[in-house]
Order: sequence, then C-alpha cells, then structure tokens
Amino acid sequence: MIAKLRRTMLFVPGNNPAMVKDAHIYGSDSIIFDLEDSVSPSEKDAARLLVRCALEALDYGTAERVVRINGLDTPWVEEDIRAMVAAGIEVVRLPKTENAADIHRLERMVAEAERESGRPDGSVLLMAAIESPLGVINAYPIAAASPRMAAIALSAEDYVTSLKTSRSREGVELAEARGRIVIAAKAAGIMAIDTVFTDVADDEGFAREVALIKQMGFDGKSVINPNQIPPVHAIYAPKQEEVQKARRILEAAKEAEARGSGVTALDGKMIDKPIIERAQRVLELAGRPEGPWHP
Amino acid sequence: MEITKLGMAGTLESCDASVTVEPPETGNSGIELSIDCPDRRFSPHVRKAVLAALQEAGVAAARVFVRDRCALDCTIRARVLAACHRAAERI
Repeated sequence: MIAKLRRTMLFVPGNNPAMVKDAHIYGSDSIIFDLEDSVSPSEKDAARLLVRCALEALDYGTAERVVRINGLDTPWVEEDIRAMVAAGIEVVRLPKTENAADIHRLERMVAEAERESGRPDGSVLLMAAIESPLGVINAYPIAAASPRMAAIALSAEDYVTSLKTSRSREGVELAEARGRIVIAAKAAGIMAIDTVFTDVADDEGFAREVALIKQMGFDGKSVINPNQIPPVHAIYAPKQEEVQKARRILEAAKEAEARGSGVTALDGKMIDKPIIERAQRVLELAGRPEGPWHP
Repeated sequence: MEITKLGMAGTLESCDASVTVEPPETGNSGIELSIDCPDRRFSPHVRKAVLAALQEAGVAAARVFVRDRCALDCTIRARVLAACHRAAERI
C-alpha cells in the first residue's frame, strides 16, 4: 500500500467556481479549498455553499480534499466545519493555530459535526497552520494534540509580519520556524508542510526553496499556482539509482528476516531499521506515476 | 423559506451564474423564473437545476433571475441557495 503523500497541497479560492471545478486536473496530492483569506467577509456564506455543493457533486479523483476554515475567533467557523464535514471533506486545516487548546476545541467541533452528519467518529483528519511566534514555540504540543492530526504547516506571511521583518529569497527569517516545525511534526509522527512561495514568476527561486525544504525533512509544500506542482513532484521524485538501491536494500532485508536476523549488510554497509524505512519511503515516492521516473 | 427581500449571489465570471431572488409580486404565489444563457439550448437544463435548488431551499414563491455563464449544476445550486438564504435573512 502506498502511504499518503502530501508533496503538493494546492490552494483554491473557495468562491471561484472555475477554479473549484478544475482543482483536481493539475495533479496535486491535495486540494485546499480556501474559505479564509481569499474570501471576503460578505462572501463567506456563498463560498461555503459553493465548496459544499462541489464536494457533493464532483469527483476529485485521488486528490485529498482539504478545507481551510475560518479561524476559531470568527463567527463563521462552526458553520464552516458543519458544512464541510457533512459534504465529505477529508481534512480540516485550522489557520492561526497557537496552542494545543485550539486543536482540542477544533476536535470537539469536528466530532460533533461527524455525529450530526452520520460520518464515522475520527474519519475527519486535522491539520494546523502555524502563523505566529507563539505557534512555533508550541509546535510540538499542537502536533501531538490529537490522534486526528495529520500535519502541521508553516504559514509564513503572518509569521514574518509578527517578527517585524519580511520574506527574503534566502528565507533566513524562516529558518528557525521551519526547523522547529519539522522536528515537532516528526516527533509527533505526522507530516510537516512548508509555506507557499508567492513569486510565481521566480522558477529558480522556487526550485531552490523546494530543494531546501525537502532536504530539511518537509513532506511537501503548499502551492498557490498549478505551475508549481510539477517542479515539486520532480524534486521529490527519487533518482533511478536511488530506487534501484532501495529495492536492493529491501530485498536484502527480506532475506535477512527469512534467516531470522534483524541486521544485514549490503555492499559492505550495515542495513538496519532506519535504512529500511528510508528505502521504503523512496519506493513510495517513486511509485507515483507523475514522477520523472517510475518502475 | 419565505423570500422577504432582495437577495443576490454569484458573478458574471466564466463558469459562474449570477442569481437574483426577490419576493413575488402581489397576488403571485408561484415561481417566476427568468434565465439568460449564452446558449439557449442549455436554458431547459439550467431551469431544471434552478427549480431543484429552489425546491431544496423550500422556496415556493419568488421572482428569480439567473444569468448563467456556463456554470455547472453544482454551481447553480450553490448560487441559488446563497441568494435564497440572503433573501430570507437565513445567513
């Protein structure tokens, strides 16, 4: 079974019918229907209805369906959750998460919505966007706040504003937050998703940032333009020699297991559990047909 | 749902529909529906989608104007429901 991938999470404005209907054709791993920042206060009701009706009517294929709801301190959040859970959303992304109590409150509302709509308890996953220094400091308590938690994500625009700085091409202002968020996510056993790259004309800068966050351990990136999806998948796709080596590692591990040994060697190097897990991850990433090379 | 005032939803952008819902004229107790479609061949289909959404909203009496811009049925449904809710002060 291929593990869930979230290399690309495409933001789609929730009140734009053209983008909502076509969101799945670009091949992102996840679609984030946005009810928050891209929707004006006077259109919150219309956006919620549009996304609800689209979810009930359209087949988004293998793309994971995520909604970014409005914040817990807004008058829209309860109806957002009720409508999206009833419409079959898979993941609810909470903006401006600052502590574990935010997740506990969200969890209670989602559980109630599941009961109301007849969906199985625990079927809706949660994701937290961290957008403030306090949220960064509390990244692990947030990530570990609920068994429903699937991922935490850095949301950089509000974060750098809080730091009284701005975003640079090098991203030095995000280094500490990225590091903390990756470590917190991995410690909690969930995914880490990086922030959006807003200059859609800067292909080189985008590729450099994706390579950086992949190396740091992020599982994927939020994207705002369909053109950003193929570069991310290409950078995350393992090279052919990596795939071949991963296969040899798993074959060697299987043989060792058959012999009753937990440890073996390949090409003179020890193979143990972490190396086996990395090899499995390589094959999971390689198994996606949209990669540049696949078995 | 009783329509008590003017309610509008949607836009004239491609793939959208602009829907206006108003209280019925005095003495009219049914649905008065006007549809503007870029291709008239689709008018019966749009009419069917609009009437289904009005029924879902529980609206039995109203004046409804729809300017369709090649919206999917689900978009028409969403815009009609939003306009009705706004016209009935439900949201």
